[in-house]
Amino acid sequence: MLSTLLTLTAPAAFACEIFTVGDLSVEHAWSRATIGADRPGVFYVEVTNAGTTDDALIGIATPAAGMPMLHETVVTNGIASMPHAMSIPVPAGQSVKLAPGGYHGMLTGLTTALNEGDSFPVTLTFEKAGEVTVNVEVLSLRAEGPDCEHAGQ
Amino acid sequence: MRLTGPQKILWAAAGFAALAYGALMVFSDRAPVSVAQAAFRPTFTLPDAEGRLRTLSDFAGKHLLMFFGFTNCPDVCPTTLAEVAQVMDDLGEEAANVQPLFISIDPERDRRLGLAAFTAAFHPTILGLAGDAEQTRAAAESFKINFEREEDAAAPDGYMMSHSPALYLIGPDGDWLRQFTYGTPAADILADLQSRL
Ligand SMILES: [Cu+2]
Repeated sequence: MLSTLLTLTAPAAFACEIFTVGDLSVEHAWSRATIGADRPGVFYVEVTNAGTTDDALIGIATPAAGMPMLHETVVTNGIASMPHAMSIPVPAGQSVKLAPGGYHGMLTGLTTALNEGDSFPVTLTFEKAGEVTVNVEVLSLRAEGPDCEHAGQ
Repeated sequence: MRLTGPQKILWAAAGFAALAYGALMVFSDRAPVSVAQAAFRPTFTLPDAEGRLRTLSDFAGKHLLMFFGFTNCPDVCPTTLAEVAQVMDDLGEEAANVQPLFISIDPERDRRLGLAAFTAAFHPTILGLAGDAEQTRAAAESFKINFEREEDAAAPDGYMMSHSPALYLIGPDGDWLRQFTYGTPAADILADLQSRL
Protein backbone atom coordinates (compact mmCIF):
# COMPACT_ATOMS: atom_id res chain seq x y z
CA MET A 1 0.00 0.00 0.00
CA LEU A 2 2.63 2.46 1.07
CA SER A 3 4.91 1.50 -1.77
CA THR A 4 2.80 3.73 -3.98
CA LEU A 5 3.53 6.61 -1.64
CA LEU A 6 7.20 5.94 -1.15
CA THR A 7 9.42 6.93 -3.98
CA LEU A 8 12.11 4.33 -3.93
CA THR A 9 14.51 6.21 -6.12
CA ALA A 10 14.43 9.74 -4.81
CA PRO A 11 16.51 12.30 -6.65
CA ALA A 12 19.66 13.19 -4.78
CA ALA A 13 19.36 15.72 -1.99
CA PHE A 14 15.61 15.64 -1.73
CA ALA A 15 16.01 17.12 1.71
CA CYS A 16 17.41 20.31 0.21
CA GLU A 17 14.15 21.21 -1.46
CA ILE A 18 12.46 24.28 0.06
CA PHE A 19 8.71 24.36 0.59
CA THR A 20 6.85 27.53 1.51
CA VAL A 21 3.55 28.39 3.12
CA GLY A 22 2.79 32.03 3.82
CA ASP A 23 5.87 33.55 5.44
CA LEU A 24 7.27 30.20 6.40
CA SER A 25 9.83 28.20 4.50
CA VAL A 26 10.42 24.57 5.33
CA GLU A 27 13.57 22.74 4.34
CA HIS A 28 16.03 19.98 5.29
CA ALA A 29 13.23 17.52 5.87
CA TRP A 30 14.90 14.22 6.59
CA SER A 31 14.49 10.98 8.43
CA ARG A 32 16.83 8.23 9.54
CA ALA A 33 16.73 4.73 8.11
CA THR A 34 15.10 2.23 10.47
CA ILE A 35 15.81 -1.39 11.20
CA GLY A 36 12.51 -2.94 10.22
CA ALA A 37 9.14 -1.30 10.87
CA ASP A 38 8.65 -2.26 14.53
CA ARG A 39 10.56 0.63 16.00
CA PRO A 40 9.54 4.26 15.62
CA GLY A 41 11.08 6.43 12.94
CA VAL A 42 12.07 10.04 13.29
CA PHE A 43 11.41 13.25 11.39
CA TYR A 44 13.65 16.30 11.34
CA VAL A 45 13.11 19.60 9.55
CA GLU A 46 13.96 23.27 9.67
CA VAL A 47 11.37 26.05 9.55
CA THR A 48 12.16 29.70 8.97
CA ASN A 49 9.66 32.44 9.66
CA ALA A 50 10.41 35.44 7.44
CA GLY A 51 7.27 37.24 8.59
CA THR A 52 6.51 39.58 11.44
CA THR A 53 4.02 37.34 13.23
CA ASP A 54 4.97 34.49 15.53
CA ASP A 55 3.75 31.09 14.43
CA ALA A 56 3.98 27.56 15.78
CA LEU A 57 4.18 24.03 14.48
CA ILE A 58 1.26 22.22 16.08
CA GLY A 59 1.10 18.88 14.31
CA ILE A 60 2.41 16.50 11.68
CA ALA A 61 0.68 13.87 9.58
CA THR A 62 2.11 11.25 7.25
CA PRO A 63 0.97 8.09 5.49
CA ALA A 64 4.29 6.54 6.59
CA ALA A 65 3.22 6.13 10.23
CA GLY A 66 0.07 5.36 12.17
CA MET A 67 0.82 7.75 14.97
CA PRO A 68 3.12 10.63 14.10
CA MET A 69 3.61 13.22 16.82
CA LEU A 70 5.88 16.01 17.94
CA HIS A 71 8.37 15.33 20.72
CA GLU A 72 11.19 17.10 22.42
CA THR A 73 14.22 15.34 23.81
CA VAL A 74 15.11 17.01 27.08
CA VAL A 75 17.99 16.15 29.36
CA THR A 76 17.16 16.97 32.98
CA ASN A 77 19.58 16.05 35.78
CA GLY A 78 21.42 13.75 33.42
CA ILE A 79 18.29 11.89 32.30
CA ALA A 80 17.04 12.10 28.72
CA SER A 81 13.31 11.84 28.15
CA MET A 82 11.02 12.68 25.24
CA PRO A 83 7.89 14.51 26.33
CA HIS A 84 5.25 15.41 23.73
CA ALA A 85 5.60 18.89 22.29
CA MET A 86 2.11 20.29 21.94
CA SER A 87 3.41 23.24 19.99
CA ILE A 88 6.85 24.17 18.68
CA PRO A 89 7.26 27.97 18.51
CA VAL A 90 8.40 29.48 15.23
CA PRO A 91 8.94 33.11 16.26
CA ALA A 92 8.85 35.93 13.71
CA GLY A 93 12.19 36.40 11.98
CA GLN A 94 13.67 33.20 13.38
CA SER A 95 14.49 29.65 12.38
CA VAL A 96 13.58 26.58 14.33
CA LYS A 97 15.22 23.22 13.88
CA LEU A 98 13.85 19.81 14.59
CA ALA A 99 17.21 18.09 14.95
CA PRO A 100 18.86 15.21 16.82
CA GLY A 101 18.80 15.76 20.55
CA GLY A 102 15.97 18.30 20.50
CA TYR A 103 12.60 18.66 18.87
CA HIS A 104 11.70 15.83 16.54
CA GLY A 105 8.76 14.19 14.91
CA MET A 106 8.30 10.71 16.33
CA LEU A 107 6.87 8.33 13.75
CA THR A 108 5.25 5.59 15.77
CA GLY A 109 3.56 2.71 13.99
CA LEU A 110 5.61 2.80 10.78
CA THR A 111 3.74 1.38 7.81
CA THR A 112 6.96 0.01 6.42
CA ALA A 113 10.66 0.08 7.19
CA LEU A 114 12.39 3.28 6.12
CA ASN A 115 15.37 2.56 3.90
CA GLU A 116 18.09 4.96 2.94
CA GLY A 117 17.12 6.71 -0.30
CA ASP A 118 13.36 6.38 0.26
CA SER A 119 11.25 9.45 0.60
CA PHE A 120 7.80 10.02 2.04
CA PRO A 121 5.47 13.01 2.50
CA VAL A 122 4.85 14.74 5.81
CA THR A 123 2.19 17.41 6.23
CA LEU A 124 3.08 20.06 8.79
CA THR A 125 0.31 22.06 10.40
CA PHE A 126 1.13 25.55 11.62
CA GLU A 127 -1.09 27.51 13.95
CA LYS A 128 -1.35 30.50 11.60
CA ALA A 129 0.16 29.62 8.25
CA GLY A 130 -1.84 26.43 7.89
CA GLU A 131 -0.63 23.26 6.22
CA VAL A 132 2.25 22.42 3.96
CA THR A 133 3.35 19.02 2.69
CA VAL A 134 7.05 18.32 2.30
CA ASN A 135 9.05 15.41 0.92
CA VAL A 136 11.15 13.75 3.54
CA GLU A 137 14.37 12.09 2.49
CA VAL A 138 15.46 8.98 4.35
CA LEU A 139 19.16 9.24 5.10
CA SER A 140 21.51 6.58 6.44
CA LEU A 141 21.42 5.29 9.99
CA ARG A 142 24.53 7.34 10.69
CA ALA A 143 23.38 10.59 9.12
CA GLU A 144 23.45 13.75 11.18
CA GLY A 145 21.53 15.75 8.62
CA PRO A 146 21.34 16.41 4.89
CA ASP A 147 24.27 17.83 2.99
CA CYS A 148 22.91 20.83 1.17
CA GLU A 149 24.73 23.31 -1.00
CA HIS A 150 23.08 26.36 0.46
CA ALA A 151 24.07 27.69 3.85
CA GLY A 152 22.85 26.78 7.28
CA GLN A 153 21.78 23.19 7.68
CA MET B 1 -3.86 5.01 59.60
CA ARG B 2 -3.54 7.59 62.35
CA LEU B 3 -0.06 8.51 63.36
CA THR B 4 0.89 9.52 66.87
CA GLY B 5 3.08 12.56 67.36
CA PRO B 6 6.39 10.63 67.70
CA GLN B 7 5.47 8.48 64.70
CA LYS B 8 4.96 11.59 62.60
CA ILE B 9 8.37 12.84 63.60
CA LEU B 10 9.92 9.49 62.69
CA TRP B 11 8.27 9.48 59.28
CA ALA B 12 9.35 13.04 58.67
CA ALA B 13 12.90 12.10 59.63
CA ALA B 14 12.83 9.12 57.31
CA GLY B 15 11.54 11.32 54.50
CA PHE B 16 14.27 13.83 55.10
CA ALA B 17 16.90 11.11 55.14
CA ALA B 18 15.59 9.77 51.84
CA LEU B 19 15.73 13.24 50.33
CA ALA B 20 19.23 13.84 51.62
CA TYR B 21 20.34 10.49 50.24
CA GLY B 22 18.73 11.33 46.89
CA ALA B 23 20.55 14.65 46.79
CA LEU B 24 23.79 12.89 47.63
CA MET B 25 23.29 10.45 44.75
CA VAL B 26 22.54 13.27 42.33
CA PHE B 27 25.60 15.23 43.32
CA SER B 28 27.88 12.24 43.51
CA ASP B 29 27.04 11.65 39.85
CA ARG B 30 28.53 14.97 39.00
CA ALA B 31 31.52 14.78 41.26
CA PRO B 32 34.70 14.86 39.21
CA VAL B 33 36.71 11.69 39.63
CA SER B 34 40.17 12.76 40.69
CA VAL B 35 43.25 10.61 40.36
CA ALA B 36 43.72 10.67 44.12
CA GLN B 37 40.34 9.04 44.61
CA ALA B 38 40.10 5.28 44.79
CA ALA B 39 39.44 3.82 41.36
CA PHE B 40 35.76 3.48 40.57
CA ARG B 41 35.11 0.07 39.06
CA PRO B 42 31.58 -0.48 37.91
CA THR B 43 30.45 -4.05 37.32
CA PHE B 44 27.81 -5.86 35.32
CA THR B 45 26.71 -9.41 34.60
CA LEU B 46 24.45 -9.43 31.59
CA PRO B 47 23.63 -11.86 28.79
CA ASP B 48 24.43 -11.02 25.18
CA ALA B 49 22.00 -11.74 22.36
CA GLU B 50 22.99 -15.41 22.40
CA GLY B 51 22.36 -15.71 26.11
CA ARG B 52 26.03 -15.91 27.15
CA LEU B 53 26.65 -14.07 30.42
CA ARG B 54 29.16 -11.29 30.00
CA THR B 55 31.01 -9.44 32.73
CA LEU B 56 33.51 -6.64 32.77
CA SER B 57 36.41 -9.10 33.15
CA ASP B 58 35.59 -10.62 29.74
CA PHE B 59 36.90 -7.42 28.22
CA ALA B 60 40.03 -6.97 30.32
CA GLY B 61 42.78 -5.27 28.34
CA LYS B 62 40.36 -3.29 26.20
CA HIS B 63 38.87 0.12 26.53
CA LEU B 64 35.10 -0.08 26.77
CA LEU B 65 32.72 2.48 25.31
CA MET B 66 29.46 1.87 27.12
CA PHE B 67 26.02 3.22 26.44
CA PHE B 68 22.75 2.53 28.23
CA GLY B 69 19.71 2.82 26.00
CA PHE B 70 16.80 1.10 24.32
CA THR B 71 16.28 0.18 20.72
CA ASN B 72 12.87 1.82 20.43
CA CYS B 73 14.51 5.18 20.96
CA PRO B 74 14.46 7.13 17.68
CA ASP B 75 16.43 10.23 18.59
CA VAL B 76 19.07 9.98 21.31
CA CYS B 77 20.20 6.36 20.96
CA PRO B 78 20.77 6.25 17.18
CA THR B 79 22.69 9.51 17.35
CA THR B 80 25.06 8.16 19.97
CA LEU B 81 25.45 4.73 18.37
CA ALA B 82 26.14 6.41 15.03
CA GLU B 83 28.93 8.36 16.71
CA VAL B 84 30.34 5.21 18.27
CA ALA B 85 30.26 3.54 14.84
CA GLN B 86 32.12 6.49 13.35
CA VAL B 87 34.72 6.37 16.10
CA MET B 88 35.26 2.63 15.55
CA ASP B 89 35.73 3.18 11.82
CA ASP B 90 38.11 6.06 12.35
CA LEU B 91 40.21 4.16 14.90
CA GLY B 92 41.37 1.85 12.13
CA GLU B 93 43.60 -0.90 13.53
CA GLU B 94 43.38 0.52 17.03
CA ALA B 95 39.70 -0.40 17.03
CA ALA B 96 40.82 -3.89 18.09
CA ASN B 97 41.59 -2.41 21.52
CA VAL B 98 38.15 -0.87 21.98
CA GLN B 99 34.89 -2.71 22.69
CA PRO B 100 31.64 -0.77 22.37
CA LEU B 101 28.80 -2.10 24.55
CA PHE B 102 25.13 -1.23 24.38
CA ILE B 103 23.29 -2.13 27.58
CA SER B 104 19.54 -2.29 27.18
CA ILE B 105 17.46 -0.61 29.86
CA ASP B 106 14.36 -2.03 28.15
CA PRO B 107 15.64 -5.61 27.90
CA GLU B 108 12.46 -7.59 27.45
CA ARG B 109 11.21 -5.61 24.48
CA ASP B 110 14.69 -5.21 23.01
CA ARG B 111 15.22 -8.96 22.99
CA ARG B 112 11.87 -9.38 21.26
CA LEU B 113 12.64 -6.72 18.65
CA GLY B 114 16.14 -8.06 18.08
CA LEU B 115 19.07 -6.55 19.90
CA ALA B 116 21.84 -7.94 17.72
CA ALA B 117 20.23 -6.72 14.49
CA PHE B 118 19.96 -3.27 16.00
CA THR B 119 23.55 -2.96 17.19
CA ALA B 120 24.95 -4.59 14.04
CA ALA B 121 23.12 -2.09 11.85
CA PHE B 122 25.29 0.62 13.39
CA HIS B 123 28.55 -1.28 13.62
CA PRO B 124 29.46 -4.96 13.73
CA THR B 125 31.72 -4.45 16.74
CA ILE B 126 28.97 -3.10 19.01
CA LEU B 127 27.88 -5.78 21.45
CA GLY B 128 24.35 -5.56 22.83
CA LEU B 129 23.60 -6.84 26.32
CA ALA B 130 20.11 -7.34 27.71
CA GLY B 131 19.54 -8.96 31.09
CA ASP B 132 16.52 -9.42 33.29
CA ALA B 133 15.11 -6.58 35.37
CA GLU B 134 17.37 -7.31 38.32
CA GLN B 135 20.61 -7.63 36.32
CA THR B 136 19.77 -4.44 34.48
CA ARG B 137 19.05 -2.52 37.66
CA ALA B 138 22.28 -3.79 39.22
CA ALA B 139 24.36 -2.72 36.21
CA ALA B 140 22.76 0.72 36.16
CA GLU B 141 23.33 1.20 39.88
CA SER B 142 26.92 0.14 39.54
CA PHE B 143 27.47 2.76 36.84
CA LYS B 144 25.45 5.27 38.91
CA ILE B 145 23.12 5.83 36.03
CA ASN B 146 19.38 6.27 36.17
CA PHE B 147 16.60 4.99 34.00
CA GLU B 148 12.89 4.99 34.35
CA ARG B 149 9.84 3.61 32.65
CA GLU B 150 7.11 6.17 32.00
CA GLU B 151 3.62 5.06 31.12
CA ASP B 152 2.48 6.88 28.00
CA ALA B 153 -0.63 5.73 26.17
CA ALA B 154 0.56 7.29 22.91
CA ALA B 155 3.95 5.58 22.99
CA PRO B 156 4.70 2.24 21.35
CA ASP B 157 3.46 -0.52 23.74
CA GLY B 158 2.16 2.20 26.06
CA TYR B 159 5.43 3.24 27.65
CA MET B 160 8.54 5.24 27.14
CA MET B 161 11.96 4.88 28.72
CA SER B 162 13.99 7.78 30.02
CA HIS B 163 17.66 7.22 30.69
CA SER B 164 21.12 8.69 31.15
CA PRO B 165 22.28 9.43 27.59
CA ALA B 166 26.01 9.71 28.23
CA LEU B 167 28.71 7.43 26.88
CA TYR B 168 31.05 5.91 29.47
CA LEU B 169 34.67 5.02 28.98
CA ILE B 170 36.09 2.15 31.02
CA GLY B 171 39.82 1.47 31.02
CA PRO B 172 41.61 -1.80 30.23
CA ASP B 173 41.81 -2.68 33.94
CA GLY B 174 38.13 -1.97 34.57
CA ASP B 175 38.49 1.53 35.98
CA TRP B 176 35.86 4.09 35.12
CA LEU B 177 37.79 6.74 33.17
CA ARG B 178 35.28 9.35 32.09
CA GLN B 179 31.97 10.03 30.48
CA PHE B 180 31.23 11.78 27.21
CA THR B 181 28.06 13.82 27.58
CA TYR B 182 25.34 13.35 25.01
CA GLY B 183 26.19 15.17 21.80
CA THR B 184 29.99 14.97 22.15
CA PRO B 185 31.19 14.93 18.52
CA ALA B 186 32.69 11.67 17.29
CA ALA B 187 35.95 13.50 16.53
CA ASP B 188 36.36 14.47 20.20
CA ILE B 189 35.70 10.93 21.39
CA LEU B 190 38.17 9.65 18.80
CA ALA B 191 40.86 12.10 19.88
CA ASP B 192 40.41 11.17 23.53
CA LEU B 193 40.65 7.46 22.77
CA GLN B 194 43.68 7.88 20.53
CA SER B 195 45.48 9.72 23.33
CA ARG B 196 44.98 6.66 25.56
CA LEU B 197 45.62 3.80 23.14
CU1 LIG C 1 10.45 10.92 20.45
